[in-house]
Amino acid sequence: MSALLPVTDAVVREPSLAIDAALAQAWLEAFLHDELVERRGIGKAVIGLSGGVDSAVVAFLAARALGPENVHCIRMPYRSSSPDSLLDAQAVVDALGCNVRTIEITGAVDGYLAFEPDADARRRGNVMARTRMLVLFDQSAKLGALPIGTGNKTERLMGYFTWHADDTPPVNPIGDLFKSQVWELARYVGVPERIVAKAPSADLEANQTDESDLGITYHMADRILALMLAGFSPEKIVARGFAPSDVALVRKRVESTHWKRHLPTTAMLSNTAINEFYLRPVDY
Amino acid sequence: MKLAIVQTKPRKGDVAGNLAELRAIFAQLAAEVDAYDLVVFPEAALTGYFLEGAVYELAFEANDLAAKIYDAWAAAGGKPLDVVIGFFENAAGTYYNAAMYVALTAAGPQIVHVHRKMFLPTYGVFDEERFLSRGRRLEAFDTRLGRMAILICEDAWHAIVPTLAAIRGAQVLIIPSASPGRGLAAKDGELENVGHWRSLLASYAVEHGVFVLYAGLVGFEGGKGMSGSSMVVDPFGATLATLPALGAHVLRATIDLSDVEVARASLPLLGDLAAVQPDLLA
Repeated sequence: MSALLPVTDAVVREPSLAIDAALAQAWLEAFLHDELVERRGIGKAVIGLSGGVDSAVVAFLAARALGPENVHCIRMPYRSSSPDSLLDAQAVVDALGCNVRTIEITGAVDGYLAFEPDADARRRGNVMARTRMLVLFDQSAKLGALPIGTGNKTERLMGYFTWHADDTPPVNPIGDLFKSQVWELARYVGVPERIVAKAPSADLEANQTDESDLGITYHMADRILALMLAGFSPEKIVARGFAPSDVALVRKRVESTHWKRHLPTTAMLSNTAINEFYLRPVDY
Repeated sequence: MKLAIVQTKPRKGDVAGNLAELRAIFAQLAAEVDAYDLVVFPEAALTGYFLEGAVYELAFEANDLAAKIYDAWAAAGGKPLDVVIGFFENAAGTYYNAAMYVALTAAGPQIVHVHRKMFLPTYGVFDEERFLSRGRRLEAFDTRLGRMAILICEDAWHAIVPTLAAIRGAQVLIIPSASPGRGLAAKDGELENVGHWRSLLASYAVEHGVFVLYAGLVGFEGGKGMSGSSMVVDPFGATLATLPALGAHVLRATIDLSDVEVARASLPLLGDLAAVQPDLLA
């Protein structure tokens, strides 16, 4: 009997979340330099530094693109914020040698909330996020700088952010990177490992974590999102071995938050309506 | 033939500033002892690519653009030179994504050919056909340097188009392009869209025995980074140079069009095609 022929298995392809981190770093640094220095003639950046991985990566990219002396990191704790967040933010500043200032938002937030003592955690969190954005824009005006956004693709898709707060800075280098890709880039650019490894948290309430808020891990959500965005139906994603409940959760999150990824809805009354008929690019 | 591919980084809508840049580029090239024969610029080289409705404000009438290029070249003290440049064309109120081949001599500019992009990408990030009309002709054309054809960006993603250009006699395919960079998964330092271009260009060159000159726009436009990576591929399928994906840059090459005959003699696929599918020659 002749010998059995060798058999080679083909791979089952899945949209890859792996990135060439060196290429991503070079591309995003060039993006920041083009957008700030060349297009707007603004050489300084203001970044709200939370102590988390997203803002840390953005600070590292901006420091390389603009020089650390032109990066102004602002720490904006509320009285209930974790002290570890402040320390982790400081670790980024120490690593980069950039500017840092701490502006506590407790007085501003509590000043308003004194009129709304019954505000629940969601409303209080939104007030904090919007107060931080107010600070970042005002600091930018003061310093002649541009605020840089730090929202990643996963939280943008899941709607896990405060509308017209976290998403408002005019330039965002990491908004097309899933969270797991942000982690990979963070390790490559040299963000301290403690920041990369810790559980992500909006830090709006004590002991809050993103993954408990969302009900799914980022790694799982990213794989499902990548398949969804590539055009795979929920049934096909489940058929690839994902839990139906996870797929349903991600899908519901995305499909209920399309509005958060758009500008306000304006009633159209003419054939010159802005961004409907009158179409000009943002960099024109 | 001494040629340059210049991957430009236009400021969106700043035509005067971009023409001044063009003048500086011509001056840089004119400063070399050995004169250039041909300079190739990318798609939308003087305006930027993503214009939306601003295309109606920034489109050029072809003769007017030829005169502007001539003025920039003359001001830089240029020696006789052929230029290929991508631009948005206003043809009496019909708008095209076009590229012209213009010969510059002391006698003035002479437009040798204008190609109007046939395949207008209108999906995903692309929206060309919302604003532009399709070109409907592909022609190979004779120049003082040889017979050539121009394909603009997506024109060259359909394998039949370079095939038709070659079978109509083109020895050189000139491809002005504006390709938004995307795809980080390859882990080889190259964007996935650039890798796709690289494989396409090499396969066209070797199958048809043609030189391929690929000119890629650079610079970020509203977050979309144009991925440069201009290339020269010889008729044996070898890439002679690739520019970086980021940054304005000049690719300088000296090529010998008689290599086309050598390549086709050793791999006569184009002749086979013409023999078996004579209808393609019609």
